[in-house]
Amino acid sequence: MTSMEASPAFVRADESCPGKRGLLRASDVTKSFGPTVALHGGELCVSAGEIVAVMGPSGSGKSTLLHCLAGVLLPDQGLVEYDGQRLDAMSDAERSRLRRTDFGFVYQFGQLVPELTAVENTALPLLLERRRRREAVAVAQAWLETFGLAGLEKRRPGELSGGEAQRVAVARALVTDPRVIFADEPTGSLDSAAGVAVLDEFTGAVRSRGVAVVLVTHDARVAAYAERTVLVRDGMVTSPDTARTVRAS
Amino acid sequence: MSLKFELLGLIRDRASHGYEVKTRYDELLDPTRLVQAPQVYSTLKRLERDGLVRVAQVDQESGPERRTFEITGEGERELDEWLWGPVEPEPRLHTVLYTKVVLALLAGRSVEQMLDVQREAHLGRMRELTGLRQSGDTARAVLAEYALFHLEADLRWLEFTAARVDDIQVELNRHVNSARRLS
Repeated sequence: MTSMEASPAFVRADESCPGKRGLLRASDVTKSFGPTVALHGGELCVSAGEIVAVMGPSGSGKSTLLHCLAGVLLPDQGLVEYDGQRLDAMSDAERSRLRRTDFGFVYQFGQLVPELTAVENTALPLLLERRRRREAVAVAQAWLETFGLAGLEKRRPGELSGGEAQRVAVARALVTDPRVIFADEPTGSLDSAAGVAVLDEFTGAVRSRGVAVVLVTHDARVAAYAERTVLVRDGMVTSPDTARTVRAS
Repeated sequence: MSLKFELLGLIRDRASHGYEVKTRYDELLDPTRLVQAPQVYSTLKRLERDGLVRVAQVDQESGPERRTFEITGEGERELDEWLWGPVEPEPRLHTVLYTKVVLALLAGRSVEQMLDVQREAHLGRMRELTGLRQSGDTARAVLAEYALFHLEADLRWLEFTAARVDDIQVELNRHVNSARRLS
């Protein structure tokens, strides 16, 4: 375990949006759970339409960073801004609404509601936004078709393969036409060939629509889909660009 | 790189002249076109000398003559022996990376930083290959996958090593100290 003092070269900087405000920005974000510091001075800037991979071993704080960026967790120190708005200045209700309208989420496990069909699961974010059921189902249906799931609309998650369930989850993340998708090990529970197919379709869909993605993964194959990778190690965000800059100085 | 079996395989499938062999080689086996035509022609010449292919036909309509090669019985035998036998598993001892780790430690430098720089270089190449894989057909995709799996293995090794740098340092110090005592 590297102590923070031992690696002063790694400034917690992510200077990836210089001059640009970026769509989503975390500045000096620190988050503790009891006595454990999960994230220490985390910095990350995501531009509109950009896919950024956040890599690091398990327990490094990468999921904490993701949850802070998405407004699921509020940092103890530092701030997160989305589209110029500070997330900590919003009410809980406003943040929840933002997560439903502007953000999409893809997680590794158990994210589909087992009692609902594929099309209902996909339409869920729209239904929560009180969109008319017929309209919500039509939009969900179109997304399922995009991911090659036509004909499986009525199936429940238990009746889908791992790859199909993951496609439903991706369709659900996209159904509200979000500007940012937070994906935490999106293919972590799939075998390699299925994971590759889902990622191909997922990244194809977000790129064609200009959706930004924060992609948390420990897997370099997954990170290679992103334009850029930052590392989280022992709760600190490092970027290779910074490492080079410091080394050269 | 020897092209012997590649060319034998293509010629067994279809008797061809040199240019045709080169074109099919590029198309089927080497989308990055690393192999130059002279290499193909000199290999064909050697295969003919060794009795593995022979000239089946010579055409000369205009310009230089075009010799069509076909595989011989001996060529088929050698090709099958190679094709159905195992490929020598490469040890892939990553000597360059390992050497850099040891030398960085001896110099008292931050190995983690070195590994981070290498990781970014590997990730950069993996991004290119992922793009190539996504843009190509299945045959190209599996070729890109080959390189992706190997680069991924390198990265896993980098992580594995980064987690053990302190232990390696201790061992190196022990070596250095015992060497000093001996001298």
